[in-house]
Amino acid sequence: MATVTSSPAPPTSNQPGYYVNYSTRVDKVGLRPRIATMVRAIIAVIIAFIMLIPVFWMGLTAFKSRPDAVSVPPTLLFQPTLEGFVSLLTDRRQLTAAELQEYQARDDLNWADELTLLRGQVIIGQSQFPRQLLNSLIISAASTFFSVTFGVLAAYAFSRFQIPGKDDLLFFILSQRMLPAVVVTIPIFLMYKEIGLHDTHFGMILLYTSFNLSFSVWLLKGFIDEIPREYEEAALVDGYTRLQAFRKVVLPQAVTGIAATTVFALIFSWNEYAFALMLTSNNARTAPPSIPEVLGTGGIEWAAIAAGSLAFLIPVVIVTFALRKHLLRGVTFGAIRKG
Amino acid sequence: MSTTSSTTAQVVNNRTAVARRQMSDAAITRLFILPTIILLIVMNIFPLIYSLFLSFTEYSVIANAPPVWVGLENYVDILTDTRFWHHFAVTGRYALASVALQTVVGFGLAMLLRNKFKGSPLITTLILVPMMLSPIVVAKFWELIFSPSYGIFNYLIGFTGINPNTAWLGDSTLALWAVVIVDVWMWSPFVMLLVLAGLSAIPEYLYEAASIDRASGWFQFRRITLPQVMPLLLIAVLFRTIEAFKQFDLVSGLTGGGPGDATQTVSIRLYQLAFGDFDTGKASALAYIVLVVIIAVSNLYIRALNRAREG
Repeated sequence: MATVTSSPAPPTSNQPGYYVNYSTRVDKVGLRPRIATMVRAIIAVIIAFIMLIPVFWMGLTAFKSRPDAVSVPPTLLFQPTLEGFVSLLTDRRQLTAAELQEYQARDDLNWADELTLLRGQVIIGQSQFPRQLLNSLIISAASTFFSVTFGVLAAYAFSRFQIPGKDDLLFFILSQRMLPAVVVTIPIFLMYKEIGLHDTHFGMILLYTSFNLSFSVWLLKGFIDEIPREYEEAALVDGYTRLQAFRKVVLPQAVTGIAATTVFALIFSWNEYAFALMLTSNNARTAPPSIPEVLGTGGIEWAAIAAGSLAFLIPVVIVTFALRKHLLRGVTFGAIRKG
Repeated sequence: MSTTSSTTAQVVNNRTAVARRQMSDAAITRLFILPTIILLIVMNIFPLIYSLFLSFTEYSVIANAPPVWVGLENYVDILTDTRFWHHFAVTGRYALASVALQTVVGFGLAMLLRNKFKGSPLITTLILVPMMLSPIVVAKFWELIFSPSYGIFNYLIGFTGINPNTAWLGDSTLALWAVVIVDVWMWSPFVMLLVLAGLSAIPEYLYEAASIDRASGWFQFRRITLPQVMPLLLIAVLFRTIEAFKQFDLVSGLTGGGPGDATQTVSIRLYQLAFGDFDTGKASALAYIVLVVIIAVSNLYIRALNRAREG
């Protein structure tokens, strides 16, 4: 009993796809190749900079006032303001000239009121956005939890046991991800209308769970395939039942894979737009379909849209950095691995 | 387990344990894949069968009338409608242009980042950021960037002498290219990521041997780099082709299919048919046509994928 197992993971060099460079190329030592690498590095940095301009621009716009956001020519230097965030989070009403004077005379206003007053508006309540962000959070978290839980179980079964028609089944599971959202949505929409799941959190969680499940089964199967069977077999010989071996041997070894899958599933459901657009209207509406709808009176409130986008993107950017070692694997459904 | 005192008892105990374990292996398999299978049946198979039925009927989800069987009429209507072919042509043009450009740009980026330099992991991750973002949010801030009067896109290309008042999203030929630009911006990093993985797997001795034989850089690229990276590049291309074919979020956010129907991809048309006109029967038929095309393409993809897994 005592011999089982928290033995360390095998050295990564045993894994497929890991290459050790034992040689040094002669031609890399010279001056010319070094300059070539430097030139390439400089070009790469410039390209990365150019590629990030749109994101950077959106970040700037979030802190611009309404005239600054649409100024011609575009301005880089401006007085930063939280106007966009206030517009995003509140509902406002235009004031008449008389009301405006009355409000300006008051001294019990907080900074947000002052800010909207500059535009001749008054805050009349909270906007839908915080609630939609919360919906996004609830639906992504719950669906991720279920899809990863079911995914681990199915992935383990697919990895270790004989299942009749296994390859067809796996292909079928993956094929769910290949279909355009609209194709899947039409029948789901009808079904949800029929059984009253339209525009409910439960309905969205159910849909995202099944949507992410195909991804998590494939990704997790890849991770579990890499755990040597010998570990479990040793545990079974020592008297563990299959379930105990799964829980105490396989799961701890698969922790990295489970974590990566979790984060990917979170991002997918967090970013998802098409299903949410078609299957929610008010009650369970998530943030992505709402961001384009942040329209102000008289023209698009770019600062508010940018503020909403920023609030929405920051978690994803952070997570991208946290995930960088697993990105390749994640975006290819576990098909391609690197050591 | 070792608490049993007599050896015979232990043997018997072990035997039943083995029997129990073997029985439970099959049971565990069933138990473990059950939730997945049930979800698939409820959320995918049943709805698909239902919409197959609806595709042969005239039905609107907002009308209070039951579906009326019309046979193949919906399919005939769609396939003989010239507009339908227009949507497929738009989708095809879009997929072709964006995947081709992504392949070139992604490959170029990968070649740039191939040799490690100080800070290259950071640069690589930064370049990868766009593909992780929500497409609809991306579409929204590119709409601001593309704005004809105050967008920075026109402002920046104004320096090159191109007419700086171009309405990228309002022009019927440019709108599709605008969407392609955004798609390339977003997904070239994906191709780069896969090509980088392929490049890192090329054994160094191939290049050494080529250098000894005084092979030119171009020759090395054509005869070593390209063939070695090809399997992964192929996967990237197939992946992107399927995604481009499905494209909905970006187009919906940038142009909504307009101006006119210049950027109306199949997905956008399907959405309008199903949730704008509420012509549910016809939408189901179109959905099935798309389904068949996608399955054909993804079959190709799976095959390539399996080859890459084995290789």
